[in-house]
Amino acid sequence: MNFEQLLFFVFSGTLVFAATMVITIRNPVKAALFLVLAFFNAAALWLLLEAEFLAITLVLVYVGAVMVLFLFVVMMLDINLVKLREGFGEYLPIGGLVGVLLLMEMAIILSNDLFGLERMPEPAGHDAAYSNTRELGRLLYTFYVYPFEIAALILVVAIIAAISLTMRKRKTTKHQDPGEQIRVQAKDRLRIIKMPSERRP
Amino acid sequence: MDIIDGLTAWIGLPEWLQSWVHTGSSTLILIVTITVPLMLAVAYLTFAERKLIGYMQARIGPNRVGPRGWLQPIADAVKLMFKEIILPTNANKFLFIIAPILSIGPALAAWAVIPFDDGLVLANVDASLLYILALTSVGVYGVIIAGWASNSKYAFLGAMRSAAQIVSYEIAMGFALVGVLMAAGSLNLHDIVTAQSGNFTDWYIWPLFPLFLVYFISGVAETNRAPFDVAEGESEIVAGFHVEYSGMTFAVFFLAEYANIILISTLTAIMFLGGWHPIWDVAPFNWIPNIVWLLGKIAFFAFFFLWFRATFPRYRYDQIMRLGWKILIPVTLVWIIVMGSAMFLTPYGDFFH
Repeated sequence: MNFEQLLFFVFSGTLVFAATMVITIRNPVKAALFLVLAFFNAAALWLLLEAEFLAITLVLVYVGAVMVLFLFVVMMLDINLVKLREGFGEYLPIGGLVGVLLLMEMAIILSNDLFGLERMPEPAGHDAAYSNTRELGRLLYTFYVYPFEIAALILVVAIIAAISLTMRKRKTTKHQDPGEQIRVQAKDRLRIIKMPSERRP
Repeated sequence: MDIIDGLTAWIGLPEWLQSWVHTGSSTLILIVTITVPLMLAVAYLTFAERKLIGYMQARIGPNRVGPRGWLQPIADAVKLMFKEIILPTNANKFLFIIAPILSIGPALAAWAVIPFDDGLVLANVDASLLYILALTSVGVYGVIIAGWASNSKYAFLGAMRSAAQIVSYEIAMGFALVGVLMAAGSLNLHDIVTAQSGNFTDWYIWPLFPLFLVYFISGVAETNRAPFDVAEGESEIVAGFHVEYSGMTFAVFFLAEYANIILISTLTAIMFLGGWHPIWDVAPFNWIPNIVWLLGKIAFFAFFFLWFRATFPRYRYDQIMRLGWKILIPVTLVWIIVMGSAMFLTPYGDFFH
């Protein structure tokens, strides 16, 4: 066993452990943090495959942005742990069905002649000057430019749809108009009165 | 290095273990040579801050410990080390202790890819700009976890404010860096600096001036410094996310904040002010060693952080969000489009290279 294999087993072992903890641990905040750990290990596995762009982007997007917002929401929710565990038996059949289906599909892919180890040999290593980022960018913006742009457009539509579906104007919201705030002068807010002094009654 | 190699051979370690010890120890020595001066710089940045703000407010600042107060940071460090770490009741002990570590870890790990001079870098990573962006975005976990694990309303409010603020300003920061990588044609920090070689007119600050402003403003916001310090706003929520921390755990948060200040200053110097290149590549200027130029530029930007703190009042929360989403992000988007069109559609593309 060489060093790379050792690293692979460490990272994938931690990944599986963290993923298991995500669905078994009771505290939702800790579950989210275990998901962060799982993402980090997946990124490390990608680094072993010389896919540094994907690895760093996984950390940047999922750990740095998505999971922060996740934690943000999970921390503010007041989740009743007892209630969470109530429907376990009710959801067991459908969950089990999905699990069995997933397992079967994975078995088909891994055992099939199309994806066997002989069909998918170990990718050739690259020299030190090879840049994964540059190659990805070249493919993405030349060969796959239309699918890429269409995907971007769909995402923009999804963002706008999500915002317009959830945004509601409330009359009670205290809205500030920055232009009006800047235009305000001292004489609009302050009145200086000159008056003669008065004798104490 | 030779001493360690000799020592492992003398003990009689197996061949493969010897090579591991060799790489491990040489990397460790490099890490120490970066981290120890950095920690010293952090200690004296706190001193510089107190002195400078003192002079700006027409007072003297700390002047009791040592000659003219120069031993003040040492005294502070010793005091913080010997204070008791108090665990709040019902706090989550593990997360409470690990939060400061999560906060300082990324702040130090980012220094692995910073080039100090031509070839003087710990790891010349190809996608180092992305690496920096990823690590600075991970730093927010320390703040959020600290706020949640403290089991305190004030700390929690600070963490919530900080999370929203950092996630919003990260987008503007990332877009500003997209401009830099378009100009340099590389994600490698070393290549970005060498692309700016020459006189000060070749620095990216001129063609990318709007992006430079956006990057530096978002950098101040990312480090939770004044005027963006709502995460710890003293007058509103006592000390924000670290209100329950004491002793060394508090000190580690403090170290992380100042290490981040120096990191943002360094990155601004590297990406917009030509890194280690002298201001003018002629006789009296290029006699000065390159690293001195880089350190001078870092000090220049670090001074701005302290100056801001003494000058600006704190932003209101809605003003922070407005500045980030409605001003900084559109500015970067427009400038990226201007750059892209100039580079590929007009003959003036050279201006951006």
